[in-house]
Amino acid sequence: MSDATRTIPAGPVSTRKRRTTAATERINRPATALLIVCTLGVLVPLYVTISMAFKTTGQAVDGNAFSLPSPLTLDSFTQAWTLTNFPRGFAISVFVSVIAVAGEIIVSALAAYAIVRNWDRRLFRWSFFYLLAAMFIPFPVVALPQIQLTGMAGLDNPLGVAILHIVFALAFNTMLFTAFLRSIPLELEESMRMDGAGTWRVFWKLIFPLLGPMSATVGIFAFIASWNDFMMPSLIISDPEMQTIPVLQKIFQTQFSNSYNIAFASYLMAMAPAIIVYLLTQRWVMSGLTQGAVK
Amino acid sequence: MSSMTKPSPPAVAVQPAAQPVRARKSRTDPLYYFFLLPSLVIFTLAVTLPAVLGFIYSFTNSVGFGDAEFIGFRNFIAVFRDEGILSAYGFTLSFALVTVIVVNAVAFLLALGLTSRVRFRTALRTVFVIPMVISGIVIAFVFQYLFSNSLPLAGQALGIGPLSTSILANPDLAWLAIVFVTAWQSIPSAMLIYIAGLLTVPAEVYEASSLDGASPWHNLRHITLPLVAGYAVINTVLGFKNYLNAYDIIVGLTDGGPGVSTRSVAMAIFRGFEGGDYAYQMANAVIFFLISIVIALIQLRFTRGKGGIAA
Repeated sequence: MSDATRTIPAGPVSTRKRRTTAATERINRPATALLIVCTLGVLVPLYVTISMAFKTTGQAVDGNAFSLPSPLTLDSFTQAWTLTNFPRGFAISVFVSVIAVAGEIIVSALAAYAIVRNWDRRLFRWSFFYLLAAMFIPFPVVALPQIQLTGMAGLDNPLGVAILHIVFALAFNTMLFTAFLRSIPLELEESMRMDGAGTWRVFWKLIFPLLGPMSATVGIFAFIASWNDFMMPSLIISDPEMQTIPVLQKIFQTQFSNSYNIAFASYLMAMAPAIIVYLLTQRWVMSGLTQGAVK
Repeated sequence: MSSMTKPSPPAVAVQPAAQPVRARKSRTDPLYYFFLLPSLVIFTLAVTLPAVLGFIYSFTNSVGFGDAEFIGFRNFIAVFRDEGILSAYGFTLSFALVTVIVVNAVAFLLALGLTSRVRFRTALRTVFVIPMVISGIVIAFVFQYLFSNSLPLAGQALGIGPLSTSILANPDLAWLAIVFVTAWQSIPSAMLIYIAGLLTVPAEVYEASSLDGASPWHNLRHITLPLVAGYAVINTVLGFKNYLNAYDIIVGLTDGGPGVSTRSVAMAIFRGFEGGDYAYQMANAVIFFLISIVIALIQLRFTRGKGGIAA
């Protein structure tokens, strides 16, 4: 790639919006073509998933994954829907995700605010480093005692999984929020306090709304992580009837057996919500990841 | 710290930049403790307590319930002699190393492409990020079908021996499938981080350099690579952390097989509830934790020498 072909794309990830004039923009055709070919690596597996899901069982077992469905049928979806009891799995996955999203945003934002505003107090400073330590403790290391404890506490259910999602994302989220909060000038807050507002009011009326973009990022990543996770629910939730959608795919793997069309319809229904949310919110997905990396 | 003094006159409160918060209040609003409380409580109950319990258990002969007695370091010694566990470490470490290299190489090239003057830049980026939002086990099931049905057909048609049967059933090749799917899913986040890194290089630097007659290769080698070195470290540290805990994708592709050739450390630990291996696998978890920390520290050490950006 030659230096003349470089530019800084104006996107949500670029903080400096600098663009060379359109006249000097020369499109790099070979690179474009190469990248388009590379997208096949992403699109082909998705294409196979979609086309298999619309096939009849007869066509699905013929071994050709890449053929178009003929005839096109929705049968596999209705069968997968009833076989895996999709509505129940969906409701449980939504339940876990909603609590994880709301919990991750609120718990970390509150902690980050308290820490940033009281950085001169040892307790708050130490709490920050204590929470950060979680980044170095992966789930498998504490999984066995955790399974026992959640069982004893009656949390071997979707609620317990949602809480664990909040806990394991706490370090990263608190770090994001504290970095963002340090950039908010104290004067804003003081004029509000001058008018007699207390900490509670200042947080909810001023700080929390200001944290909006960061909360969006944290929330989207919380959703994607909790919706897609297999490891935690498979180990923590003891009742198979209460399992989340990814775990259901594993549970029904043997029952799908050679009805590949039903299996793929089920996979497609499992992955669709996260893909849709991503496509609707990509702005925050992109900016969030880079903020997390740079700060 | 100045906040220790009595309520100070406003003039003193004006302090140079970094922490503008300092020295304003001599007393902390009790509500701040209340704000901090939920995170400290759930973190302590859900991570610290299990970590401490697990550490204690690792020195006992507990089977997960009932009575147990302390047996010193016997579990740890046994772990080091357990061929199954040693092979899980061998597999996990080499898998993580290969995946980190593959992911960084591909992600960097894609990022270079996406920050150059290509058409459809936004649309291309949108597509390349999709794998990041798909459930690991679900996409692993999709690839499991492709690896065990479609790939052998292609292998037979092209007459490539090792590919003519399912690579998932081949103890020597199954790990490649796991590297492939893990990389497929991990490349997007690494790519976005590289894009962020590449965008920090001001265009003027390249302009000045090319005015001096530098070749594109020279620019890549002497400007781009040194400047994104810090981002490479971020990707390596985050990558290693994820790959060492590999679980979902392996369950979907091989479930540790054939035999135990692709059993990861996480899978070995989770077997702690089978066959009374509880305390034994906790010892394994403690060792695993120490190894993860050592690897992270080595990586961070390495960064400092390279003068990368602060992660």
